[in-house]
Amino acid sequence: MADWLSQNGLLLGLAALDGLSSAAAIFMVAVGLNLVFGVLRILNIAHGSLYAIGGYAAASLGLFLTARGLPAWMSLPALVVAAALVGVLLGPLIERLLLRRVEGQEPVLQLLVTFALFMVLEDLQKLVWGVQPVVSDTPVRLLGNVEVPFGADTIPFTAYQLFVLPGIALLTLVGLAWFLRRTLAGRMIVAVTEDREAARAMGIDAAKVTLLCFTAGAALAALGGALASPTASLVPGVGAQTIVLSFAVVATAGLGRVEGAAVTALLIGLGRAFAVYFEPELEVVVPYIIMVLVLLVRPQGLFGTPETRRI
Amino acid sequence: MVAEIVPPRASSQPDNASQLHSVTRRAALLGAAGIGSLALAGRAAQAQPAKPAEIKVGIATYLSGPASVFGVPGRQAAEMLFDELNEAGGIGGVKLRPIFVDEGPGVDHFVGEYRRLVQSENVNLIFAGISSADCLACAPLSDEMKRPTLLWDCGTQRVFEDGKYEYAFRPQANATPEVLSALLYLLRAKPDFRSIAVVNQDYAWGRDSWDIFRTGLQTLKPGVRVAAELFPRFGATDFSTEITRLLALRPDVVLSTTWGGDLDAFIRQSNDRRLFERSTFVLPLAESSLERVGKSLPAGHIIGARGDHWFLHPNPADPALLARFTENYRKRFNAYPIYSTHHMAQAVFAMKAAYEKALAAKGGGWPTDAELAAAFRGLEFPSLTGRIRIREDGQGLEDQLIGTTVNTDKYPFPVMTDMVVFPADTVTAPVGQKSLDWLKTLKPEMVQAMPQPVAFKP
Repeated sequence: MADWLSQNGLLLGLAALDGLSSAAAIFMVAVGLNLVFGVLRILNIAHGSLYAIGGYAAASLGLFLTARGLPAWMSLPALVVAAALVGVLLGPLIERLLLRRVEGQEPVLQLLVTFALFMVLEDLQKLVWGVQPVVSDTPVRLLGNVEVPFGADTIPFTAYQLFVLPGIALLTLVGLAWFLRRTLAGRMIVAVTEDREAARAMGIDAAKVTLLCFTAGAALAALGGALASPTASLVPGVGAQTIVLSFAVVATAGLGRVEGAAVTALLIGLGRAFAVYFEPELEVVVPYIIMVLVLLVRPQGLFGTPETRRI
Repeated sequence: MVAEIVPPRASSQPDNASQLHSVTRRAALLGAAGIGSLALAGRAAQAQPAKPAEIKVGIATYLSGPASVFGVPGRQAAEMLFDELNEAGGIGGVKLRPIFVDEGPGVDHFVGEYRRLVQSENVNLIFAGISSADCLACAPLSDEMKRPTLLWDCGTQRVFEDGKYEYAFRPQANATPEVLSALLYLLRAKPDFRSIAVVNQDYAWGRDSWDIFRTGLQTLKPGVRVAAELFPRFGATDFSTEITRLLALRPDVVLSTTWGGDLDAFIRQSNDRRLFERSTFVLPLAESSLERVGKSLPAGHIIGARGDHWFLHPNPADPALLARFTENYRKRFNAYPIYSTHHMAQAVFAMKAAYEKALAAKGGGWPTDAELAAAFRGLEFPSLTGRIRIREDGQGLEDQLIGTTVNTDKYPFPVMTDMVVFPADTVTAPVGQKSLDWLKTLKPEMVQAMPQPVAFKP
């Protein structure tokens, strides 16, 4: 083991850097879904579409700024602005028009409704952005590269990958944790998550909390897509691929657990990176192996609590 | 099409009252259903079909999902070419109508769509499809339903190596010549490379194309070290880990048969992290990404176009035809035509040539489905750049164009220079041989025998 470590120590270091940035991207995708499920108890299939639309909106805004000859640094805040716009415009619309109508209904009905919405949004996305890949990589080029020492060699990483993605993921995690624990609105969300009926009895406007939560979840999904847009090519179907991974993270973390999503994303990100370095054939299945192993030991997920059934 | 629905065995119907009375309602319904379905499929049995009011062509292509980057340009090319054919009077004086179906939902859905196109839409021909899985599924269906089918874009070589079909034909090459020609070009352009890494999508094409490349490589240049075999999931958007691994390994060559948004992302991320400076890339499908990735793909890397086609082809048989197609496509769709549009053109031209051959063989009489299918075997027809022949096993023989990227002032994206057009019969497995077995019989001399490269002329 010691020999293996001495031979592969440098590679492990590189893999850890890759894993961290990958974990940040995964966390940004899954945290919104987790938040929404925690409060609404609806597994939102259309979460992937919000991710895709956030990505497309950010790329379009970035391309628009570039075309207008505006300073390149503006492409960075544009990512957040685009995501916020998508969240604020689509979140309340979806929650009011659709999800509110199926609140408390059979889970199958809720799944079907969000699946239908996913299909509609996929087509809408093709209508607006077409089928050719879309990308706006100004933020990556703006920030340039960082040379990471690797023995006598150096390995170039993009500063965007090494600092921006993990930085925003960390800010989101800390910000959400602070918001949920330290603010009145956050505590109201936690109360509704824990026991909707009791929260209502205490005078909390559960409908307003739900609306706020879904809007925040939609904005987070869009932010995940926006942050991916400078490196990824956005194509039809990107939402569907995202939602599968998000479900794996949320199920592993424990539904409704934000810190759980962060730990799971870290496990999956590092697991995938190590797989690429040492056992590439396992890369694709790593998230699901982790999910199965966790659920075998803790069926409620890493941070979930066993639920008692009401009779 | 106005099909004459003729019950195949009218004389077998009961002809006296007692027999009729003994038939139960259930048996009658079953019989009627049977006769109906036979009648729908029975057009092939007609000795002399009437000239149809229109030729209906079912076209399966990706209209959704990641492969729509090829599927939608393919549909656009079909719309444009069908319009042009109809303006010129159609085929044999009959206008054509395309009916598009989406391959996006998957192979089970596609099989249902294929049956619907034959049984409900009563199409005369089917073009299917982009997905190799769909082609493998529909080749036997074409024989079962006796409907001529052109495998217009899929790559798997296994269709005609593992099966024999009467009604299925491919008016384009398959994966073997597409990948082998890139390997031969690499061996000529960079003969001293000692290590290679592969980054392919984790599905049938990614795995099969690597099998073809690796088998050819082991035969023609044994001893090359395979530094890494990486198969990121299909639809991956982040290749940063794979790129770090390659930066650390420093292989002489990086092969990737990846396509679409995945390839765009891989090229951009590799460029951002200067991987192109450390390794020579071989990207057999990169022609379809050039306009999108722009100069993120630097000069000096090997690219292909899945066949003998490109809007700046070095030596087209009919330069005016290629220029007209490129110009019309650009005007109508605001993009340069990519390889899937050429593949669609080949299917349309093959259909036209086969109808004309079958009509001529009958002295102008309209061909049955079987006669039309027979006309495809051995058919020679023009492509936008050269000529293609469909062999006796149904496989098309199409030359292969490979080149090296170069940047010019004329285009905001790299173009090809040092272009080599590989003759189809030198890079395609002969009839009756399996590609992987044939690749093991190749001789290193074939690298020296390949045609001389042609430089890009601004």
